[in-house]
Amino acid sequence: MKSPARPAQLLRLVAALALTGSIVGCFSNRQNEGARLYESHCSSCHGTQGEGLKRLIPPLAGADYLLKNRAALACLVRKGQKGQIIVNGVDYNQVMPPADSHLTDSQITNILNFVQTSWGNAGEVFTIREVSEQLRGCGGSDGR
Amino acid sequence: MISSAFCRLLPVGLLALGSIFLLPACSDNQAETAQVLPYIGERDVRPRPDGGPADTIFASIPSFTLTNQDGQTITNQTFAGKVYVADFFFATCPSICPKMQGEMLRVYEKFKANPQVLFLSHTIDPAHDSIPVLRDYAQRLGIENASRWHFATAPHDTIFALAPRYMTAAQKDSEVPGGYAHSGAFALIDSERHIRGVYDGTEKEQIDKLIQDLPVLLREEAEKQKKAQ
Repeated sequence: MKSPARPAQLLRLVAALALTGSIVGCFSNRQNEGARLYESHCSSCHGTQGEGLKRLIPPLAGADYLLKNRAALACLVRKGQKGQIIVNGVDYNQVMPPADSHLTDSQITNILNFVQTSWGNAGEVFTIREVSEQLRGCGGSDGR
Repeated sequence: MISSAFCRLLPVGLLALGSIFLLPACSDNQAETAQVLPYIGERDVRPRPDGGPADTIFASIPSFTLTNQDGQTITNQTFAGKVYVADFFFATCPSICPKMQGEMLRVYEKFKANPQVLFLSHTIDPAHDSIPVLRDYAQRLGIENASRWHFATAPHDTIFALAPRYMTAAQKDSEVPGGYAHSGAFALIDSERHIRGVYDGTEKEQIDKLIQDLPVLLREEAEKQKKAQ
């Protein structure tokens, strides 16, 4: 019969591994929140590389719209968008649904900053305060 | 006693757990080399009156009449002697449709030189997606006319009766964005109306598989034609 210490050691190892995993998870979760939220909320339409889809869905990568309409971007994410818009000289006319109401101001900030700094974009990043201010303008701030 | 049993079983458990992760990797390789595509859907076995070997009747697409983005009537006859890929979408769909139609476009681009391959996208929102709306949608996607890719509409009940026959779940649902819940399935249909593959149009890997499967089906169709001559 083998020593009973072995399963206990194994259990300890498993527990230690699980703990390490969850700690790493804690850090990376928050750090990549913008990327994760983009993936779950935006990428189906705008593409994993912000490339858009032909003349149906406007691109976010290299989009002049982001520079020209910086002050309206937080409300665009919160409230969605309807009707014709011009991006890089091409007209688009699809419905963009409003962001789920459970997205906080800080989550919208992280999404916007992910877009502002990805795929070669070098837009000025947003502070949460700035995003909350924009959102108050369209009644969409939750103050968090 | 319990601990020794635990000791003995643990490696077995770990091995089993490991193989769950490892096995799909192996079976993928097998799937890639498939030489004949399976028949999908329920099948019926009918004994022959003369006592010979029973006939297997495979699930097939029923007769349909639809209207495409150019205002033309299309039926099963439009697809006779060809293979086609079918899906269900709607023009204002904010959730999975752009991704699906983007993937469909990728398949279209790969096979657009081959007139044996057609495409059929059904709207599940015929009240909104009129012929001009469908034409605008198709053109925005870069599809100039319906010669290869039909964007089709029909009365609501016709569409919703067809969807399950293509292995697509579609229903009205006010809870989801856009008002319709539907799965993003692409069905690959052979020249005899049988379903030979179903792929999740929102998963790039599955559409890669469809792109690999299409030539397998086209080879089978070519051989069938040779035999018939």
